[in-house]
Parts: sequence; C-alpha cells; structure tokens
Amino acid sequence: MKIIEVDQLVKKFGSFVANDHLTFDVEEGEVFGFLGANGAGKTTAIRILCGLSYPTSGRISVAGFDVYREREKIKQNIGYMSQKFSLYEDLTVSENIRLYAGIYGLRKQEIRERETELLERLGMSDIRKRRIGEIPLGWKQKLAFSVAVFHKPRIVFLDEPTGGVDPITRRQFWELIYEATKEGITVFVTTHYMDEAEYCDRVSIMVQGRIEALDTPRNLRRDHQAGDMNEVFLQLAREGS
Amino acid sequence: MSVTVEHITKSFGDVRALRDISFSIPEGELFGLIGPDGAGKTTLFRILVTLLLADEGQATVAGYDVKKAYRKIRELMGYMAGRFSLYHDLSVRENLEFYATVFGTTIRENYDFVKDIYSHIEPYEDRLAGRLSGGMKQKLALSCALIHRPKVLILDEPTTGVDAVSRKEFWDMLKKIQREGITVLVSTPYMDEAALCDRVGLIQKGNLLAVSDPSELELSNGTKVFRFGTSGRPYDYLQRIRNLDAQVDAWLFGDEIHVFTGAGVDCGELDRTVQSWDVPDLEWGEATPSVEDYFMQKMREEPE
Repeated sequence: MKIIEVDQLVKKFGSFVANDHLTFDVEEGEVFGFLGANGAGKTTAIRILCGLSYPTSGRISVAGFDVYREREKIKQNIGYMSQKFSLYEDLTVSENIRLYAGIYGLRKQEIRERETELLERLGMSDIRKRRIGEIPLGWKQKLAFSVAVFHKPRIVFLDEPTGGVDPITRRQFWELIYEATKEGITVFVTTHYMDEAEYCDRVSIMVQGRIEALDTPRNLRRDHQAGDMNEVFLQLAREGS
Repeated sequence: MSVTVEHITKSFGDVRALRDISFSIPEGELFGLIGPDGAGKTTLFRILVTLLLADEGQATVAGYDVKKAYRKIRELMGYMAGRFSLYHDLSVRENLEFYATVFGTTIRENYDFVKDIYSHIEPYEDRLAGRLSGGMKQKLALSCALIHRPKVLILDEPTTGVDAVSRKEFWDMLKKIQREGITVLVSTPYMDEAALCDRVGLIQKGNLLAVSDPSELELSNGTKVFRFGTSGRPYDYLQRIRNLDAQVDAWLFGDEIHVFTGAGVDCGELDRTVQSWDVPDLEWGEATPSVEDYFMQKMREEPE
C-alpha cells in the first residue's frame, strides 16, 4: 500500500522554483531516504508533506489524507525527529516522554504504561529522572526516535538522525528503526550524509529542485558504477550544476 | 616533529575527557583525528592551540611547548574552530582583514597564499559573513586561518554539517595546503574521510585506540570480515547470523551486513551454512576491512 503519494508537486517562492514537478510514492513499512545537497529543496518538500505549508500545485496525499484539505489529520498521523532539536534539554527523560505523549492526546494511564515499557526496552529505567542535557548523545537519539513514534504514527520523519555517534551506537539506532517498520511504521529519512542513505530501502536524490534518481542503493550504485552512495551523489550533483 | 603529544590527560570533574594520549605528527603530514562526538577531539585540539591546559603530560606544536611558549605557537599555527570562526556581522572582506590585522600582517602581503581558496568568495566580498552559504562560510573561515601563513593548520570538524559536494571540495583544498608544506591536523566524526589522510588517530571516550596509515589497519586476533548482501532487507537476516556461533558477530553496514568471525570459527562451514539459506540475490564473500570495521572491533575490545 502506498502511504505517501506525490504527483507533480510544484512549490514556487516568487519566480524561484524550489520543488520542480516531484513525483514519487512511498510504500507502507518502507525506509525511504530523501537526499539532496543543502538548498536542493528537501526542507520545502518535507514541510508540505508534514502539513506545514501548501504546495503551489500537484496532487499529494500523506497517510491517505490530502495536503490541501486535511492538514490536521496528517499532523495527527505523523511523528518527527530531528538531530538538532527534538527533546527539551532541561526536562527529564520522563518529562519529555509525558510532554510529547500529552501533546498527541494520549491518556494518562496509557502514557504511564507505555513509558514504563519503553524505558525498560531501551534500558533507560534507571535514568528516567535525569535531565536530557546530562545523558549521552547516543541515548538521546534512541529516546528522540522512540518519543517520535510513541503515539504510534503511520509515518515518522527523521531529519539527519544519526550524525555524530560512534559506529556501534549508530547501528543500534538503525536496528531500532527497522524494528519500528515491522510494526507497520513508515520511515522517511532526509539527509545529506550519503553513508546514512545506504541504510534506506530506497532513496531519491534531489538536485536543484528535481528528483534526479530514485531506486534502491544497490541499484543506484550498479547503474552509476559507483562504490558507494557518495560517488552516486557526486556524479548526479555534478551533472546538475 | 611538527606536533608531539606525550601522555596528555585531562578531566572535567568526573569526566575523563583524555586518557594518557601520545602520538606525533611529522612536518607536512595530513593527519586525521577520527572519532564520534564526545570522544575528546575538541579537548585535545584546545590543548594544542593553547586555549586549555592539560592535567598531565606535555605537548609541542611547531617545536614549542604548549604551556611555556604559547605566544609563539599562536603566531605559528592556524586554527579553525568547530563552532565559531567568523564574525557574522562583518563582511567577507572585513573578516579576512580582521584576522590579518590580529596576526600583524595584511591581506596584500599574503594574498597569493590564500588566493586559491579566497578567489571563490572574492566576488561576494561585501556580503555579510552571516549571509553566506555553508560551503562559502567554510572557505572564508579557511582563508582567515591561513592569512598569516601558519606552519601548522588545526581544523576542528570542518566538514560537519556540510554536504557531499562541499565536503569533497574542502578535502581537495586541504591536500593543496598540505602540498605547500603545511602540517594539517584535522578532526572528523566521518569514518569515510579516514582514507583521505596520510595517517589517522582513532579516538573514543578519551582513549586513542590506534594511530596508523588508514590502508594498513589490521584486525586483531585473526578476525575476518565477510560481507552479506541481498536484494531483500539485510536486517531480516541479522539475528539469524548472530545466532550462528558465539564467536560470530554481525552488524548492519548500509544495505549489507558485515560478519566478524573470531579465530575459532570454521569459515568453510560458515560459508556453506550461509549459501544454503534461501536469500534473494545473495552476495557473500570475504571483505577488506574498512576503517569503520576496525573502529568497531577496537571499541568492543576496550574496557568500558
């Protein structure tokens, strides 16, 4: 089933075309990578998919809801995590969970049960009263992701999720992501780190407002005779400029 | 030696940021300090650029002691800090002029030295630094760090948050600077940048795990790495591989799995087992260990 459908999405700011006829679908349960250089138009597109801004034209639905008419429905069905900002540093682990769960309208009883279950699963029960600012980055990332999917959204948007952590913590993070997809959650990753892209089921590469390639990392490497996604990206970016 | 570090130790309260770090860098080398956030990279650099004192140990930069001759070192090295390098409310030209003046020189005197890099941003000389794109900011910061012709250039995570195209350009610039005879010490959290350095130091939780030519890193204890690729989703096979043998460890590696085998593992049998599974478009074989493989093995060996 297609959880995101984008058909001929155009977004203009004055005469500047930020998104130039984007067309792509995302399958339910997929880990979809949305790649592009800084300024390629990624953020503009994501804001539209999250129901935060209107497209200029095009037919777009997210979790079955229309981005023109059903933006509040979209917001209830998605989660969002960014590397830079997700959790409040001066609130405790537990307070952050309760804050986000409350915003998404979960009941107190439900929050208590799920919080206990989550902290046990992450091995963080002992630090539930520690402030976020005091815990290591790797734990923060795992917690930020778990908080973003705490209300069981259909889709979770991850903005450059794994930068800066050690290679083992990073892989544990990806295992957490794949585990979430087994529960039917779709994961939409935006990043300009190409080694992060290698973990996605499929990736699209955006250059100057257009999608220049869309396939599995394996096929993209093969088609561009490249050793890794970084080389694929450099080839496409060079052709585009 | 252009940089020497001997038994440097530094703690902040209970946090042991650097634990007995020693290494040295010969003149003209491009040396990469590689490790995740919180490994101690910035702390070590701040000691070398004379902004912080170590608790124990000694260090020299360009032949001078970081404690006794800090004034001399400040004249001889260029430093591009991770967070802050530029004044956002000064123009491009004003930033460069400011740095030149602080070091008692002028743009005119050393223009030829920074020309290769500065010429890219020269058309925007009157623009405020805060309004430059990420890639251009980086070029300006590098020009400012070089305007006094330093002998040693120290860059703290210059490629963090920079896209793949600018990242490549930046490394090309570092190579050029190195060819001018300048010693370059650069830190990065990206393991794939290791291959671009002459030698690398791998750092994690304040411990220096290894110092080596990146192409000469060898896994210890006879460990071998195999790569497992499929057109399906590798994650679905991860636990199955981990369960094969207590001496077999497996981790995701992008859209593949890397399988680490201890000395006691019968690789022939492992091979037959994996081949007998019904895996769509299986790709299986021994792989050349990458810097990341090596880093992960070292991490697992280190006591917590």
